Amino acid sequence: MTMLKLTTARIAVLLGALLFGAMAQAQLVVDITRGQENAVPVAVVPFGWTGTEVAPFDVAQVIASDLHRSGRFEPVDLDKMVDRPTTGQEIRFDEWRSYIRTDFIVVGKLMPQGADRYAAQFELYNVLNGQRLAGTEPGRELTATAPSLRALSHRISDIIYEKLTGVRGAFSTRIAYVTAEGTPPKQQYKLIVADYDGENAKIIRDQDEPIMSPAWSPDGSQLAYVSFEGRMSAIYVQTLRTAERTRVSARAGINGAPSWSPDGSTLALTLSRKDGDVDIYTLRLSSQELKRMTFDPGIDTEPTWSGDGRKLYFNSDRAGSPQIYEIDVASPERATRITFDGPYNARPRLSPDGKQLAVVLQDNGNFRIGAVDLKSRSVRVLSDGRQDESPSFAPNGAMVIYATQVRGRGRLATAGVDTQFQQTLKAQGDADQREPVWSPFPVGR
Amino acid sequence: MRVAQLMLIAMSGLALAACKSKPPTLPDASNQPEQQSGQSGATSDTSVGQGTGDANQVLLESAKQAGTIIYFDYDRAEIKPEFVAIVTAHAKYLNASANNKVRLEGHSDERGSREYNIGLGERRAQAVRRALMLQGVTEAQITTVSYGEERPAVQGSDEAAYAKNRRVELVYGR
Repeated sequence: MTMLKLTTARIAVLLGALLFGAMAQAQLVVDITRGQENAVPVAVVPFGWTGTEVAPFDVAQVIASDLHRSGRFEPVDLDKMVDRPTTGQEIRFDEWRSYIRTDFIVVGKLMPQGADRYAAQFELYNVLNGQRLAGTEPGRELTATAPSLRALSHRISDIIYEKLTGVRGAFSTRIAYVTAEGTPPKQQYKLIVADYDGENAKIIRDQDEPIMSPAWSPDGSQLAYVSFEGRMSAIYVQTLRTAERTRVSARAGINGAPSWSPDGSTLALTLSRKDGDVDIYTLRLSSQELKRMTFDPGIDTEPTWSGDGRKLYFNSDRAGSPQIYEIDVASPERATRITFDGPYNARPRLSPDGKQLAVVLQDNGNFRIGAVDLKSRSVRVLSDGRQDESPSFAPNGAMVIYATQVRGRGRLATAGVDTQFQQTLKAQGDADQREPVWSPFPVGR
Repeated sequence: MRVAQLMLIAMSGLALAACKSKPPTLPDASNQPEQQSGQSGATSDTSVGQGTGDANQVLLESAKQAGTIIYFDYDRAEIKPEFVAIVTAHAKYLNASANNKVRLEGHSDERGSREYNIGLGERRAQAVRRALMLQGVTEAQITTVSYGEERPAVQGSDEAAYAKNRRVELVYGR
């Protein structure tokens, strides 16, 4: 934070055509929908390559787009880089200060390390005072095989982002989302897991019946989701590494809106049972023990847990229109209403620090993503679409990913929670993309 | 050439007439396609015969002809007066035999959050279920499922598309 305050605000420069050209190869392409005026300029110099053939991967390009997507940083255009240093000693700070006007600079190089293995070193400098802020030490380079060079690049982005903002980077995380292809009533549905930026998309499930409401287990190893295979709704839990899946709820009526308790032992979910009353329950996965959490005749759904697992936030139309309520899991009989602004507040998701709820709200007749501050109850609108839905916080709380519509197609977009910088992840194909959910941090740090 | 064509047309017309004059064959329940596509109801299939199994079939056909889709207003689950006749026609068929079963598929338009729309679709399916039960249909004959906005009848983001998507479909045989 303090680092950012030192810098002067500069007008945002759009990413160069070169960067876009490279990213067009990917399955999802980043599309900038709203610029960020206080972004800090950072020069991410193309990494050196000490091998003989062509460099196997453009590490700097991934770092630059990560930093840019955060909304906090504006990578310097490659054309403007008069120099291509690869180590700190090679940086001529005077020139970067006066001609390129960047506040920070990232340099590094990639080195072959035996067959199909690479080592990367990098350094981050404050251009204004020439101070080295972060980097690898000699003999302690980051290493990766060819397929994990992208992951290695995201790790470098994480280190740089944390150093400059004081907030842990979330560039090594993933997203899950659903796609629907084809014209109704014949559609094909897929559950996809990809890197947070849409790269490395993998199909987890592919079927001709709807898939809904994917939810990451707290350790990121499993997804719970709703599937309508067999023409009824059921909740499945699928282990990503093995593809093994278990049907955990297939009761009469609705089986929907699964949400994992923070300890991973229990799902909150929505059932309508035989009588059709749509209510929230908790389901202990090991014992199948079911506990009813809401008792109102209205629609009670979309539960999400507080960080300590003691409360559930949910959507209920008991007062006539969808609004957010809160209950104590231990004594759920009495619900407390949270939102009072506007005719529609739905699909709550708690920020990782527990201070705000991302919701779907109605704003001048449009459905948009809002952030409700739980203390002051003030509401900020984070998106500007017509039909935005399904917000999900990055595990560092700095961004939300949500579903939007671009020219009638479902697309995924991110918005900075503080910067409000928005980007759409644009698909190459025709499929509608929907219901993005951001994974937790990878385990083991 | 011209004469030959005319002759052919005349002959096929005769053949058709011959077919029609034959006693109608009983449609076998197993090969009678009962699957109703998403299109709104009325089938033009009138090849029905007599007999007890057939009486059942007649009731089913007339129920389908009355309509298989009930439409709803935005954020509402009340059955509008113009759709009451559909409920009555289906209740008549279902009341004819305890073995007659219907699936009620509730749907919503795309506006708003998806799981809430699942709730709305369920509320609509339940409204039709209650209306059928008020006319004597038993609980065991009805299953409900809500697809929310996940299975739209038509694509589109205007009121015309929304109106077609806010619906309950009465489905037999699948």
